Amino acid sequence: MAMIETDRLSRKFGDLTAVDSVSFNVERGEIFGLLGPNGAGKTTTINMLVTLLPPTSGTAKVNGFDIRAQPAKVRQSVGIVFQDPSLDTILTGRENLELHARLYSVPKAVWKKRIAELLALMDLEDRADNIVRHYSGGMRRRLELARGLLHRPAVLFLDEPTLGLDPQTRELTWRYIKAMAQQEQTTIVLTTHYMEEADNVCDRIGIIDHGKVIALDTPDNLERRLGGDLVCLKIKNPDLKVLERLSYVKNVEVKDGQVGLTVENAAVHLKEILSLFDNVEAVEVRTPTLNDVFLKYTGRAIREDDTDEGWAEAAWRYQAGGR
Amino acid sequence: MPGTLGGIYGIWLREFKVFQREKSRVISSIVTPLMWLVIVGGGLGGSINPVGFSYQAFMFPGIVMMLALFSSVFFGLYIVWDRKIDVLKEILVSPVPRTAIFFGKVLGGCTDVILQVCVFLVIGVFFAPMSAVIVVAALGIAMLVAIGMVSVGLTIGSFFESLEGFQVIISFLVFPLFFLSGALYPLSGGNVPVWLTTVSYLDPLTYGVDALRSIQLGTPSAIPLPLDFAVIIGFAAVMVVVGTLAFKRMK
Repeated sequence: MAMIETDRLSRKFGDLTAVDSVSFNVERGEIFGLLGPNGAGKTTTINMLVTLLPPTSGTAKVNGFDIRAQPAKVRQSVGIVFQDPSLDTILTGRENLELHARLYSVPKAVWKKRIAELLALMDLEDRADNIVRHYSGGMRRRLELARGLLHRPAVLFLDEPTLGLDPQTRELTWRYIKAMAQQEQTTIVLTTHYMEEADNVCDRIGIIDHGKVIALDTPDNLERRLGGDLVCLKIKNPDLKVLERLSYVKNVEVKDGQVGLTVENAAVHLKEILSLFDNVEAVEVRTPTLNDVFLKYTGRAIREDDTDEGWAEAAWRYQAGGR
Repeated sequence: MPGTLGGIYGIWLREFKVFQREKSRVISSIVTPLMWLVIVGGGLGGSINPVGFSYQAFMFPGIVMMLALFSSVFFGLYIVWDRKIDVLKEILVSPVPRTAIFFGKVLGGCTDVILQVCVFLVIGVFFAPMSAVIVVAALGIAMLVAIGMVSVGLTIGSFFESLEGFQVIISFLVFPLFFLSGALYPLSGGNVPVWLTTVSYLDPLTYGVDALRSIQLGTPSAIPLPLDFAVIIGFAAVMVVVGTLAFKRMK
């Protein structure tokens, strides 16, 4: 059964189409990733699915409830971990969870037990009664994950769950997310622009760019679509015509004095390729990553160092007069 | 509606805990009116002598209302801070109806104000007549004023995204409401210009000050007590409706 069904979901901000007729399904128990650069429309999509933002056209069902017609039911069905921390820093970790339980009408007898369980899962038991102001970034994230799960949502949305964390904490956070997906059997929809992370964690990935889903499959299948391994040769004045008769060379590109080849089963064919040239200075062979997939579909790489708000949101802010 | 009562309680509890922990906010909200009472009241009291009681006793009901006014509006405006640290987002995305969120906030604000007024009434023993009736009246009137003024603060706060407009609101709303309320001087009977008295009658706080002063000091007033209560209750009711609507449109 599909936990999420989006049907030509779109959102415009003024003249700008942030999300453009997006349709995809997420199955129960799946970890689904929306991968794309900043401003691609990931957060806008999530905001619509959790009813924070009405779509301008199209609709979606979450847990069987329509986001337009039954927003209250949708809200009860979802948990969200926002891109920016939204914890109350003057309350303790436990108090944050208790407030959440009350907002989602979880009965007291249930939340007492559940909070203890989740604090244990996230390794926060020792610090549960400290004020959140004194938590580290990683602890805050874990507390937010625990909070998102507290009311046993049918779908948990994680918007850039590792943004702004150091690499070590990021890895740890993913480990918690995986553990939690396993233990809680929750459907998870996450957005990220860290490709290796999406690759490691997600069952299926939708690549989104300029508001459109341009590819959707399992990470392995997406990578296979490139048609082989990547071989990069550094050659002076190469005669590339010799490559044309090799059926296993799928693609040839020359960039900055380097020749990039897409080669089926490079391990077997590399020797023959090298024998065709007598002045090869350097060779690099690697299996394709989601970055290469993204490059293929969009013609550019995802920038990983850019943590600003999306261009769609920024443009909207500008249009709306700074609000 | 799901989560309405639990939601109201949860939000109220959160506000109460913030109140307990942010000691500096509580202390400063009591110190300012205390300075008015002790310093301004003491200084002016040396040269002005109302009949039958000290100037500080005359001023005391006005200063209680000042405390209620300032604390209420500031509490409401604090929602801007909630928005800034994104706590508001967590609450707004929950299934709790907007009306319930608003009521939770108003109750939280009223609790803060009532507790501050309690402290101030204890201090007031040294400056003005005090009795059980006066205490009950002071708390009741402060409560009604707080409902209205917390709603004013929340309504304004729901439109703002940063605390930049804070000073403007204090200068153009809070201080005029205080100065015009008759907290510091009698509105009738003296040589107060007619235009000033007229404008004062448009200030809802005037009726709170007048009600408490009539009960505490037994002074004759141009405004009958039932009218005082009718105005502050009416104002509170209108502002609650306005605030609820503001919360419903809030993003």
